[in-house]
Order: sequence, then C-alpha cells, then structure tokens
Amino acid sequence: MSTTGGLWRDAVRRLSRDRVAVASAALLALMCAAAAIGPSLLDYRQDEIDWAHMAVPPLAQDGHWLGTDRLGRDLMVRTLHGLRVSLSIALLATLVSLAIGVSWGAVAGYLRGRTDALMMRVVDILYALPQVFFVIILTVVFGRSPATLLIAIGAFGWLTMARIVRGQALALREREFIEAAIVGGAGTARIVARHIVPNLLGPVIVYSTLTVPQVILIESFMSFLGIGIQEPLASLGNLIADGAPEMETAPWILAVPAGCLVLLVFCFNFLGDGLRDALDPRDH
Amino acid sequence: MWAYAVRRLLGAIPTLAVIVTLSFVMTRLAPGGPFDEEQALPPEIRANLEAAYGLDQPIAVQFARYVGGLLRGDFGPSYKFRDFSVTELITSGLPVSLTIGTAAILLALLLGIPAGVWAALAHDRLVDRFVMSFAVAGISVPVFVIAPMLALIFGIYLRWLPVAGWTPGRLSDLVLPVVTLALPVIAYLARLTRGSLLEVLRAPWIRAARARGLSSRRILLRHALPGALLPVVSYLGPAAAAVLTGSLVVETIFGLPGMGRHLVQGALNRDYTLVMGMVIVYAMLMIALNLAADLVYAWLDPRIRRERRL
Repeated sequence: MSTTGGLWRDAVRRLSRDRVAVASAALLALMCAAAAIGPSLLDYRQDEIDWAHMAVPPLAQDGHWLGTDRLGRDLMVRTLHGLRVSLSIALLATLVSLAIGVSWGAVAGYLRGRTDALMMRVVDILYALPQVFFVIILTVVFGRSPATLLIAIGAFGWLTMARIVRGQALALREREFIEAAIVGGAGTARIVARHIVPNLLGPVIVYSTLTVPQVILIESFMSFLGIGIQEPLASLGNLIADGAPEMETAPWILAVPAGCLVLLVFCFNFLGDGLRDALDPRDH
Repeated sequence: MWAYAVRRLLGAIPTLAVIVTLSFVMTRLAPGGPFDEEQALPPEIRANLEAAYGLDQPIAVQFARYVGGLLRGDFGPSYKFRDFSVTELITSGLPVSLTIGTAAILLALLLGIPAGVWAALAHDRLVDRFVMSFAVAGISVPVFVIAPMLALIFGIYLRWLPVAGWTPGRLSDLVLPVVTLALPVIAYLARLTRGSLLEVLRAPWIRAARARGLSSRRILLRHALPGALLPVVSYLGPAAAAVLTGSLVVETIFGLPGMGRHLVQGALNRDYTLVMGMVIVYAMLMIALNLAADLVYAWLDPRIRRERRL
C-alpha cells in the first residue's frame, strides 16, 4: 500500500506546519503526563486534609501551589487526579465507541442490501434517543460508578462513527483492490478486517479525536450534576460542582478545575481540526 | 409535502416505542429497588408498598399497565415525592423548561445568524477573527462553567440580576438562565452561518448576479442567504437537544422549578417512574422538534419540495 504511506507522510508534514495543532498536541501530552505522574510527585494526597490551611488562595502558601479547597485539600493534587479520571474515562469510552462503531459501520457498508438497511435502521432509532438522558437512566439503574459511566457513554457514542465508517466503506468496496481480493479468494471477514478497516483509518482518527472532548464534556456534565463520579474520587466535573457554591469567597476553587477542563477540551478540538485538515486534502 | 410529513410522523412511532420499552426494561433490570432506604424497611411494610405500587405483579403485567397509563397521559406515581404523580411534576415543570428553552433558541437565532453573516462578509478581517474566536470558545466552554461565571459577574459583582431563584412573572430571574443556554447555540450558529455563507458566496450564480449589476444588499438577502441558511435549519433539531440537555444544569444552578431539576433529583433519588416519565417527555420533545426542523427544511429546499410532490 504505497499510496497510503504517501498520504501519511503528507499528513504529518501538513500537520507539523499547523502551529495551533502542534501546540495543542504538545499541551495535551504535557497534561497527560502531569495527570499520570504528577500526583505522586506532590507532597499531598488527594484526600489529605491540611487543617491549618483551609481555602488558601493559589501561591499564598508554600506547597499548595494552586491553593486548597474548603476542607483544606490541595487543589493541584485534586485537579490532577480529576484530570486523570476524566481523561481515562474519555479515552476508554472513545475506544469502546470506536470498536463498536468501526465494526458496525464497516460490516454494514461492505455487505450493503438488507443487512445494511437493518443495521442502519438500528443506528437511526438510537440516534433519535436523547443520549444524555439514557446515560442518566443507565447510571441510575446500575449505580454511579466510573465503570457504569464508561459503558453508558461508550454504548451511545458509536453511532456517528458507524455512519461515517459505513459511508466510507460503501465507497471503498467499489475500488479495484477489493475486487482483486475477492478474485484472490479472500472471505468477507478477511476483506473487512484487512482491506476495508485499514483504509478507513484517516476519518476514524479524526473523528475519534473529536469524540474525546465530547465524552469529557458528558462525563463532567454528569459528575457536575452529582450522578457521575462520586466523592471522594475527584473528576473535573465534581470539582467544578464543589467550586461553584464557593465562587463568591474563594473563586479559585472553581477556576482551577474549570480552567483545566476548558483547556483540555480546547486542545482536543484544535488537534482534531488540525488532523482533519491534514488528513483530508480535499478541503483545501 | 403532506405525504412526507405523514411518513415522518409515522416513522416516529417505532422510535417512541423503543424509548418506552428500553427505559422500562432498564429500570426493571436494576439491582436494588426504589424502597432501598438506608435503614431497611420491615418486610411486611415493604411488601405492602410494593403491592400498592403494583411491583409484586409479573413484569409483563407491569409493562402493560405502564403503557396503558401512558396512553391516557398517566405516568404513574412518583416513588420519592410520595404526594405527587409524575404527571403532576411534569405539568408543573414543563412550562418553565419550555419558556427558557424557547427564549434561548430565539435569542440564539437572533444573535447567531447576524454574527455569522457579519463574519462572512468581513472574511479574514478583525471582526471575522473575533466572531470565530468567540465561536470556538462558546463550543468548548461547557454550560456548567458559563453559568457560575455569569452568576458571579452579573449577580454578585455587578448586582444587576438575581443570582438564582424563581418568582413567577419576574423576568429578571430568566435573563441569566436564558443567556447561559443560548451562548453555546449562538456560537455554533455563528460558525455554521459563516461557513455556509462563505461557500454560497463563492458559487457561480452569485457571480452571475453580481455581473447583472444587482446591489450587494439584494444579492445577499435574495440570492445568497436563503440557500446559506439551509444548514442552519437542519441544525435546529440538534440545537433543541443541546438546549434541553443544558437546561438540566441551568435549572439546577439557577434554582428553577423545571423538568430538568426534577429529572436530576429523580436520578439522585433513584425514583424510577419519575426518571422514566421525564426521559419519555424529553424524547417526545426532541422527536417533535427534529420533525419540525426537517419539515421546515423540506419546505424551504425546492429540490426536496419538488421531489415529494411527484
């Protein structure tokens, strides 16, 4: 597949010229690293209460770089933990929806006909359901654990992916190399797995990058309302919910996690836009 | 056109059936029941309660009863608000949610479309950059961050508007919730309008109109905008969904007695009938609004209009 190699090399070159996308990618890498190892480098644990320093503003007290909350817990450690939880849920839920969406769409698009119509009808019906409301029902039913949240978000997140992949697969199956594979005696499963799916990677990568911020927003939305991640576990959503009532006297308790969340979503959106421009030359 | 409308309306029925069945099945699959309190109830009282709510019946009977009730507009009793039926909670909350939702959509249309047109006409100039940065911010900053920020600025620092609360008939209570709900939609509409207008303005028939000597005002209003607004119309369905979802947060933060707040409370209390009823009403609203958006689209787009007439 020499043409694919060329496409990827071109894409990398185009992406590296997009300064906003590169900066976003660097910042995202930094935030991931901070979320992964940051908490173990700091002096405080996330549920440790510093009785002498409650609701201290940022930079006012040595050790508490971003201040403490109303209970004297270090805000930096808690925000990094929240970032870790939010990022893990977002990445895992995106993987879940990626796996379902790509296989569903690729099979429907490749088989066409009645199977395709039936499979896409399922997608259409689920699409009309109010997603957030079903995520709420699922968390009500199966309890408010990170695992429920993950499955509930992933179970609905694959619909758009399935549509995109199906469209691409419909176009791909008309190409000569698929005919060649059929002539060569490859079975349906092999053609879908080895010839259709690898050629879908471009749009799939772009859309996954754009799915992550959506998942982050849904998760933090749920946690903000109290039906997502529960205390003492921190997520960006429940940290913001913690900070909102304190904003009059201690605005940093809201500002630190909110700023972190907004930055995260911004970076993913910019990176996704950059990837789309890089992988889809037709746009220019 | 009429055939299309009827077909779309009939198409909504299976969706609604799936929603009702799914939400019923999911809540009945749940481990733990609505009467699991921190202190366990004595078994006799528990059995009495379950009999009173019909929970001792086989699941098929429960489902038939629930659907029968729904068809009569009866959503069953609320398990946690013991003195209220779900229907009463819905009818008390729906007007509040509809008021702020409608106002937010109207505000968004009123501000978002002109902002997008302005940005497109000033393509690549300062105004364009400004509108586009605002649009990116509006899409990335979630409602639950915007709401406390607006309350802090306009409610606490400037003291122009109430921070939260609800007094029937007092309009100042509605300003912050409506603006909060509208901001993301304004941002998205501005971006959408700008993109689609820029594309239309590049079309050959616009150049032809210009060559015929029409004024740029006439070209914009009569030739470019109607076509450019088609994607905006099709976005109205998702926009309504965004507003309905956002109203969960907005009603909670600003203390408005709407459906969204009942739903959140119901979810926290594991009040199954309340959550099911609310989700069904929200789903019906979304289906209706999507249908309306599609019909307007079909009516506006001569290609679809003509095709349906055949």
